[in-house]
Amino acid sequence: MKRTWLWIPLALFGLFFGVMAVGLSKPSSTTITSKMIGKPLPKFSLPPAHAPQPGLGSASFQQGQPRLLNIFASWCIPCIAEAPVLLELTKRGVPIDAIAIRDRPQDVDRFLKRNGNPYQRIGSDVNSAVQMALGSSGVPETFVVDGRGIIRFQHIGDIRAEDVPEIMAALRAAR
Amino acid sequence: MRILALALLLLASPALADSQMPDAQWANTQLPDPQQERAAKALMEKVRCLVCQGQSVADSDSDLAGDMRSLIRTRIAAGEKPDTIKAWLIERYGKWISYDPPMSGITAPLWIMPLLLLVLGAWLARGRFRKRKSG
Repeated sequence: MKRTWLWIPLALFGLFFGVMAVGLSKPSSTTITSKMIGKPLPKFSLPPAHAPQPGLGSASFQQGQPRLLNIFASWCIPCIAEAPVLLELTKRGVPIDAIAIRDRPQDVDRFLKRNGNPYQRIGSDVNSAVQMALGSSGVPETFVVDGRGIIRFQHIGDIRAEDVPEIMAALRAAR
Repeated sequence: MRILALALLLLASPALADSQMPDAQWANTQLPDPQQERAAKALMEKVRCLVCQGQSVADSDSDLAGDMRSLIRTRIAAGEKPDTIKAWLIERYGKWISYDPPMSGITAPLWIMPLLLLVLGAWLARGRFRKRKSG
């Protein structure tokens, strides 16, 4: 009986060592999903991100039809990879609005000329205020907002061709 | 050949993945009122940066952390309570955003374990002292 008790400290040490080893070998980088899903879009009104297109306000998401809200920036590299997929979505009839994060009009212009423009409206969020109000933690991110302005779905990172079915399903579910 | 390669390396510029915009107004500027600045700083040290996870927004150099510092200072200057701002952030990003985890089912062991260990230690020590007296 006494013999078995003697092993307990070693067993505890082993357990502790194991937990530490796992923690060290797999550094935690957590994807932070927005807790705003299922809640109404926060009220906002953003000025145009570049001259030819209108700015964006939360009122645009009350038109009875689900829309995509894309968070992007001209300085964001994965946003370039995402651009052709967004154009493909507009060809399928998906309305997309955008918020440009910390961006200058001339940079937005250049980005859209080079990569195509899938957006109907683009609001300029120079100090990430609306991004934070949405619970978004980076660029690019895309929200599905239903026709009554409720956030239904969030996609973190660039939308790739293989993500399109999931986005389409989320749009259908938001109808 | 090697010199050419080096010259090319010097010419190459890194791809920039950062905003060209200047910092937000209150990102790196203290509030004029020292008491408000103290309250804002205390909150910033407890808010986790979304980009450089593992750093607080007070320590991080990322653009989003700067914008979050500016948001915190602006709201404190407008008379908002730090707890209200913290609740606003938790409502959007979850408890993860806070370095000061509130007591809940999952975090309860964190708060209770040290107390339990202290009691266990006191009990063990008491046993040792007793033995010594009797022996």
